[in-house]
Amino acid sequence: MTAPPAVRAAPKMVTLTIEGRQVTVPEGTNLIEAAKVAGVLVPHYCYHPGLPVAGVCRMCLVDVEKAPKLAPGCATAVAEGQVVHVHSEKAREARKGVLEMLLINHPLDCPICDQSGECELQDYTFQEGRDGSRYREPKRFNPVEDFGGDVLYVTNRCILCTRCVRFMDDVAHEPVLNVSERGDRATIGKFEGADLTHPWAANVVDLCPVGALLSKDFLNKARAWELDRAASVCPNCTQGCNSVLEVRDNVVVRMKPRSNEEVNHFYLCDAGRLDYRWLNRADRADQPLVHTGDGLERSDWEPAIARAAAVLAGKRAYVLASPGLSNEALFLLSQLVQRTGGAGAFRVERGPEAPLAGVPDLALRAERAANVMGAELLGFAKGDAPLSGLNADDVLVIADHDLSQLGAAALEAIDRHRAVIVIGTTLPAGLSHAAVVLPLANVAEEEGTLTNLRGRVQRYFQAKAAPGLARPAWFVLGDLLAATGATEQYWTPGEVFAALAKGHPHFAGMHYDTLGLKGAAPAGALAGAGA
Amino acid sequence: MGYPHKPHARESVVLSEHFGSAEARTLAGWRKRGGYQALEKALGMAPADIVSVVKDSGLRGRGGAGFPTGLKWSYMKPGDGKPHYLCCNADESEPGTFKDREIMRWTPHALVEGCALGAYAIGAETAYVYIRGEFTEPLQQMNAAVQEAYASGILGANAMGTGKRLDVHVHKGAGAYICGEETALMNSLEGKRGNPRIKPPFPAVSGVFGMPTTINNVETLVAAVEVVKRGAAWYKGFGRPDNPKSTGTKLYSVCGNVARPGNYEVPMGFPFRDFLHELCGGPLPGRKFKAVIPGGASVPIQTMEEAEATLMDYEGFVAGGTMLGSGGVIVFDDQQNMVKQIARLARFFAHESCAQCTQCREGTAWTTKIMERIRDGHGTYEDLDTLLDIGEQMTGKTICVLSDSCAVPVASGIRKFRHEFEALIPKKQGTAFVAAAVA
Repeated sequence: MTAPPAVRAAPKMVTLTIEGRQVTVPEGTNLIEAAKVAGVLVPHYCYHPGLPVAGVCRMCLVDVEKAPKLAPGCATAVAEGQVVHVHSEKAREARKGVLEMLLINHPLDCPICDQSGECELQDYTFQEGRDGSRYREPKRFNPVEDFGGDVLYVTNRCILCTRCVRFMDDVAHEPVLNVSERGDRATIGKFEGADLTHPWAANVVDLCPVGALLSKDFLNKARAWELDRAASVCPNCTQGCNSVLEVRDNVVVRMKPRSNEEVNHFYLCDAGRLDYRWLNRADRADQPLVHTGDGLERSDWEPAIARAAAVLAGKRAYVLASPGLSNEALFLLSQLVQRTGGAGAFRVERGPEAPLAGVPDLALRAERAANVMGAELLGFAKGDAPLSGLNADDVLVIADHDLSQLGAAALEAIDRHRAVIVIGTTLPAGLSHAAVVLPLANVAEEEGTLTNLRGRVQRYFQAKAAPGLARPAWFVLGDLLAATGATEQYWTPGEVFAALAKGHPHFAGMHYDTLGLKGAAPAGALAGAGA
Repeated sequence: MGYPHKPHARESVVLSEHFGSAEARTLAGWRKRGGYQALEKALGMAPADIVSVVKDSGLRGRGGAGFPTGLKWSYMKPGDGKPHYLCCNADESEPGTFKDREIMRWTPHALVEGCALGAYAIGAETAYVYIRGEFTEPLQQMNAAVQEAYASGILGANAMGTGKRLDVHVHKGAGAYICGEETALMNSLEGKRGNPRIKPPFPAVSGVFGMPTTINNVETLVAAVEVVKRGAAWYKGFGRPDNPKSTGTKLYSVCGNVARPGNYEVPMGFPFRDFLHELCGGPLPGRKFKAVIPGGASVPIQTMEEAEATLMDYEGFVAGGTMLGSGGVIVFDDQQNMVKQIARLARFFAHESCAQCTQCREGTAWTTKIMERIRDGHGTYEDLDTLLDIGEQMTGKTICVLSDSCAVPVASGIRKFRHEFEALIPKKQGTAFVAAAVA
């Protein structure tokens, strides 16, 4: 018996005019969100779509015709026939006033502030603030405070928007922060004995519209305008939080959340966001290597691929595949398994789960790899002893799988195994007997798709260049399959995905291009399974 | 009684009749003075009928805003399935106001009766009296009165034998001015930081604990008792015939440079000149009145000429360029420096700002710093323009009116006593200021 599908009544729609543009939005929408629909940004600080409305910064005051006073856009619901002016003289004067007030005690230390370049106080002041201050009194001064975790509080820059307080209260459900004192003595304070050690606490740094809450990890590391940004997916657990990789001089310096209301809303956990250094590791496999009998020697792609194909000829491929590889790579590996009548397996690293209480179905997941679901869907067996099915005659293909946690017995088995092909971002120690080493680009250096624990398929994009001759896994595996006699040829990861979507029900109906930046949920049973 | 003085012949003592009489504090003494007759009568009426009597009386909120009480009560929809609450705002913190303190000190049972009556009228079983933290004696008197009322069955599960439940809880604040703002009071009562809430939703929709709530000032509830006891027509009899919008009597707390400071109760429409000169005894010997703040620190300052032409009711004070407010009359004579006085008021508001809204948090403190700099002889003419402009930014743009309240005395002070400001500004800077800003 299945319950009848829940029929949600269509919301009543309201039509109003904002800056001369007519928009129709659901009843109850506030004026900031309605203005977004009209393509108008209402400047604001304390409002955030993921937090309860506070209405305290007074920056979003807009001019509503026939209303006696300016209305806060965050706390005013749309009304039928309303005519709203965001940029009227009255509204601009009010914002100018707020900006002046926010700046009178602000240190204006932008040249040494990490937020500079991505600071809303800077942006709006530049856009519509006064060109000078009338403040003649001494500025108030408070020392910098360590809030614990990854968070530093630079009190003097704080505009008391309370986003951080509301995040800890209403999203993290761990009230650690408060507004201490009153009047202009007020600062953000911590409750006695508490620290910002909640596993999602570093989100307050992203939420802070100014340079008051800073990441210790990113402190003084880069200026915002030096960074190249690429949309990505956090590779550190099965949740698949949408992220942005920020790169300076081909080095990933920061990972931030990218909003996706279906997955991570606006957030990224501390463990995920801070675990990006491995993307920059220097000891990478960056050149194809071929075993000559004396040892591994530098080679080039064509001879290396040919050698790998020769090793595989007539043998069963036993693939140890990393659950962090893309769907495309795993698909091509599964083709290799099928062609050779082999098998595939993997082990996934586990850790404690850490949910974010205020957001449904969002947690740092126990399984700490991005594509466990994809690997399982594509026929790779999950287990703590992934080598248990390995036969002596098999060619062991180690596809970027981490060997360090497999245990001594497994390592010994690998050591003893005669035919080993390594396809990976690094060359693990003790694999000098491998026949071939094919260097791969890592998740920051290629594009592709990942499948999260709810089956959602999401794209990630290239953020930096791969070292040396390393190539994306789909590229390498496509060549290898062709060398073993396969007829398909792939020129882009999109073509690999198309082949995957054609052949596998979970991916049926999905198109690489239309996955866009937010991904797609499967049409089948997995959708919403975790609710 | 014009407590602590003998009542003046021109006073109309209704609420203050028993001020100064220790016996009126007790239940027996209060009963002897006609106490709890109104509640008994009310409990025999339908709540809607009580509301309509109060509506008919023209009684308006005595806390400052002057909102019609009966209309406010009528917003509480009966039968909505939710618990209703009555809050009594006894957080009397407006500088210059001390009328509610005297009501609670001398006639605590009047307030208990008012709370019970009001709660019944709005379909509530529970009333909270939120008393200002510094009010030690009023708190004691209120607690004693509530205890007596419970002990004698006036309050409780079977209030006055009617089978209806009426509870009154007395809650002591922690001494924050902002907790007199109705929604901040509700937050404080709930155990949260006393920050004003965004309105809407208004308390009648979502008040204490998110439930429909009516909040009334102490004097309003006590006046409602008299209205129910003696009838709307009697109450409407107080006031000037040409202004039916203001009815009844009003308690004024008078302080400052005046011969007889204290609480005075006069009917609406009473001439302010007579009030100051006859009832309050005029200025101290050898002095002259200069200015007056008639309704607590938040209302515009009047010059004595303006004040003497004013009639004391909601509309009269507005016609006089100010507001009735809470009825806290602060009088200044010719010995006072208005800059110093206004700087002190600004400092008060800066200290009490809850720090939510930008304009208030920063504006009140900035205003104070400029005012004190001018006071200390380091001001400039530009400062006066800046003050007026900051005041403009602080008015009508924030969640509550604390920020407006800080701007009001400064703006009205600069407009009306500009010469006193200019006298403190060093002359060597020249006189290049824009006269237009005065307008």
